[in-house]
Amino acid sequence: MSTDVRERPVVVDERLRALRRIAIVPAMNEEPNIGRVLEELRAFDPGLEVVVVSDGSTDRTAEVAEAHGAHAIRLPFNLGIGGAVQTGFRYAWENGFELAVRVDGDGQHDPSQLDRVIAPVLADEADIVVGSRFAGAEGYRSSATRRIGIRILAWVVSAIARQRVTDTTSGFQALNRRAIALFAADYPHDYPEVEGMVMTIKHRLRLQEVGVTMREREHGRSSIGAAASVYYMAKVLLALFVGLFRRNVVPLEEKE
Amino acid sequence: MTPLKISIAATLASLVLVVVVFELIRSRRLRERYALLWLLTGVVLVVLSAWRGGLNTIAGWLGVRGYPPAVLFAVGLLFVILVLLHYSTVISRLTDQNVVLAQRLALLEAKLRERG
Repeated sequence: MSTDVRERPVVVDERLRALRRIAIVPAMNEEPNIGRVLEELRAFDPGLEVVVVSDGSTDRTAEVAEAHGAHAIRLPFNLGIGGAVQTGFRYAWENGFELAVRVDGDGQHDPSQLDRVIAPVLADEADIVVGSRFAGAEGYRSSATRRIGIRILAWVVSAIARQRVTDTTSGFQALNRRAIALFAADYPHDYPEVEGMVMTIKHRLRLQEVGVTMREREHGRSSIGAAASVYYMAKVLLALFVGLFRRNVVPLEEKE
Repeated sequence: MTPLKISIAATLASLVLVVVVFELIRSRRLRERYALLWLLTGVVLVVLSAWRGGLNTIAGWLGVRGYPPAVLFAVGLLFVILVLLHYSTVISRLTDQNVVLAQRLALLEAKLRERG
């Protein structure tokens, strides 16, 4: 990413500046939104590299991303959010990044709140931090079915993890290298955040939530409708249940 | 009424199906996405096999006289058809994606050769 002269100096935490850091941005047909997201990421931290994973986009998402100085990975067809995000984790792992943040390409995550999400990782208090819409900060509206689903999942994951979590579907996250290693090796497919939280705990990584506010989508609609969410719920609950009986895979080892 | 021996055998067979599907998911040889229909099949068959009164009633609704276990065959067959149809759509999608992958790979190889 180019480091051009900014109009106003950006204050970046010294501990953050010392790290090789990357933002992983999954995006499917986000041509209208992606440019702004990338500008906001740069405004937060000009030294943050960005990899946009275009998940089978049929518009110019990848081109716009490159025009804004990001790396673009073009998946040849739609892999779904899990496959797309894992591509980003593999990229981060193989290129030696020490800290990764995940920001959705649709603009619902506000990069100016990244400092809050990153803080526990920088302080080495957590291996993975999830920005939660329900842990304090207000400002999220959603359909009734979706809220019920979110509640059920939060309850189930809290019970399995023996740690209270409030937002199991948030993709606004920060990870250190240990967490990157885990997810580069093994990442769930369909509703990856939910299972990812459980995996994190089972691998004894430290998980923390911080309160964030998310924005409404600016262009386009969310990919999940009401009927589909019932199907997703069944699938996720099945996956969580089966996961209880599964031995853990060993995350990638650091090559010397 | 369904003979007791048939009910027991059918229940056991359906339970084996459920357990096998579960084990396949656990050992990551079957993805949850493709397992849901199988699990549904197994659970419905377990219920119909074990719940003898229910099977009798359903047989009555469908006008099956004399041999209620025929309903088990019908339901089992229905689910097998559903699973097969589902797999046909999955195979079609995989075929399309495979074509795209082969084309991408060949184009990439051509580009590398022209450079090297």
